[in-house]
Amino acid sequence: MDINRRDFLKVASAGGVLLSGVGSAQAREAKPRIKDAVGMLYDSTVCTGCKACVSACKQYNEMPPSFSSNDKLWDDPLDNDSKTLNLIKLYKNGTAAVKDREKDGHAYIKRQCMHCVDAACTSACPVSALKKNEKTGIVMYNVDACIGCRYCQIACPFNIPKFEWEKTFPQIRKCQLCSHRIEKGGYSACAEFCPTGATIFGKMDDLLEEAKKRLTYKPGEYRKYPVARVDGKEKTERLVTPYVPKVYGELDGGGTQVLYLSGVPFEKLGLPDLGPKSVAQQSETIQHTIYKGMIAPIVVLGGLVYLVHKNTKDK
Amino acid sequence: MKNKEFKTFSTQLGGVSRRDFMKYCTIMAASMGLPLSAGAKIAEAVVSPKRPPVIWLSAQDCTGCTEALLRSTHPTLEHLILDLISLDYHETLSTPSGHLAEEAKAESIKANKGKFILVVDGSVPLKDGGIYCMVAGRPIVDIIKETAAQAAAVVAIGSCSSWGGIPSADPNPTGASPLSKVVTDKPVVCIPGCPPNPYNFLSTVLYFLTFKKLPDLDDKFRPKFAYGRLIHENCERRPHFDAGRFATEFGDENHRKGYCLYKLGCKGPETYNNCPTILFGDVGSGSWPVGTGHPCFGCSEGGVGFHKPLFSKASLHLVTTPDFYPHVVETQGPSVMGTLGGVAVAAAAAGAAYAAVNSAAKTLEEKEEGKK
Repeated sequence: MDINRRDFLKVASAGGVLLSGVGSAQAREAKPRIKDAVGMLYDSTVCTGCKACVSACKQYNEMPPSFSSNDKLWDDPLDNDSKTLNLIKLYKNGTAAVKDREKDGHAYIKRQCMHCVDAACTSACPVSALKKNEKTGIVMYNVDACIGCRYCQIACPFNIPKFEWEKTFPQIRKCQLCSHRIEKGGYSACAEFCPTGATIFGKMDDLLEEAKKRLTYKPGEYRKYPVARVDGKEKTERLVTPYVPKVYGELDGGGTQVLYLSGVPFEKLGLPDLGPKSVAQQSETIQHTIYKGMIAPIVVLGGLVYLVHKNTKDK
Repeated sequence: MKNKEFKTFSTQLGGVSRRDFMKYCTIMAASMGLPLSAGAKIAEAVVSPKRPPVIWLSAQDCTGCTEALLRSTHPTLEHLILDLISLDYHETLSTPSGHLAEEAKAESIKANKGKFILVVDGSVPLKDGGIYCMVAGRPIVDIIKETAAQAAAVVAIGSCSSWGGIPSADPNPTGASPLSKVVTDKPVVCIPGCPPNPYNFLSTVLYFLTFKKLPDLDDKFRPKFAYGRLIHENCERRPHFDAGRFATEFGDENHRKGYCLYKLGCKGPETYNNCPTILFGDVGSGSWPVGTGHPCFGCSEGGVGFHKPLFSKASLHLVTTPDFYPHVVETQGPSVMGTLGGVAVAAAAAGAAYAAVNSAAKTLEEKEEGKK
């Protein structure tokens, strides 16, 4: 390929000017929390691993059991799947003797859709089959719009949307925060059936306030914890155990509508360390930077055309 | 109910004290899941001077249901039920027999038309005009049809009259049918079991006498308080099932430890009844089949009992979560290798693209040279 220094510098500098001009103004802004958004607070130290939430979710979403053993005797999936929208997993270390202790301890973690404030799945979906409800902030799935591309499955940093590979007419399955129950004045089944108050439902402001309050409690003292709903009448008095001093989901990944409290570091429970920028924000910034006004693609195409043209000119 | 009022009935009740009688009624209320205050209501109903008549017809029965009732202790059949209700006809328990018994039945039906309770045990053979069960010279199916038409309520006691029972097992040569196939104009309350726990029947009858209506029934007309749950849901060995601890042979180590009998063919997961809760015979814990170490065979469930082989595995009506958990990180499949592979693939793709552009340009050049 023969290109003289002059021509090369022409192309490179022109392209560079254009790209830098295009690049700076395209950073995508973070999405704020919706005012009356609802969500849940899961406190791993309160959870006893009873799995009533898993049963309730299966029942009220009419999901069949998911088998991982040959005998097919129990609903025992190894991870969230197209039939398991909510799952309790176990963290175990060494002898697992003490609950909520990192070393030689064990803890429980509830995994379901996080209903992110700035959801990656919503951003990735090319047909807006996944959209955040404007009032509740629940990330809702519209099967009629979905084209089955599974971009949402790849985009989600929590690996939540699951495609129904086994079905002839497949859908994407994920927790919908029981919006079908909320419509009728109810709330999420997992929160309603949690006997200890590990999972509670409520407005995000109230839940954040409750979560932050719990971080001020002293281990060893007795405190009243709300059960089922953060604004409900039912409360249970329990012994406070040490917390990791962070509310996971407050800012992580741009914020989520399911907040987590734990006695064990969150990474150990499988909750990724995401930083304050949402995945959607980062990817959309790149996308807009590259494709805004289609300037950069045209420049690159122009450059390639020029190069090919140069190499095929009659000598 | 005041002590004065009670004294007038105490001789009828075999000299039972008011206190004991009230206790009994409260126990009955509790066993049906009713509030304890219902015990007082039951007491009132029981000592009411009008004892409702009961006609008990037996078809293809084995008398097991009656035998079970004879072994009840609260109430004992002779002291309380025979005084609570007027049992005007029963093949085993009637004092008269033969023509006298038939006459007594006819008189009672005539006098209590539209007011008596009809209880039937045993399945009803329908083949060949019902000749496979003849009572007093007539097919029992005809007797039942006539009698049921004049009854206030119809109760099928035992699996045979509830869904067919043993006589209906393949190949069912007599056409043994449940009572509901014969009595079609009224709801037939079913108390299945082989035999059923007598208290399931007694509670239902007392409920009817007290509240003048039947207790809540499920889609198979079985009272929900007794047949609302699977045996599997109340079984004392359920924690063993949930943890995967099974007996695999009669007499093996796990069987001796009292582990779950699912693999020995226990039909608890597909049978509705309250056996593990109230047990049998009032002799203490473990007095039911599974408690003694033998798998349930589904005697009260149509399609299971006398139909599915004893030791074949049951189908699970309710699949629930087990005792164990998936771990936070399940170590399955490559992860590190995947990332490196991805990088390699990307690099290769970039290189290939560059080479392709280059060689395309070279080929074009050569062509041009060739042309010249």
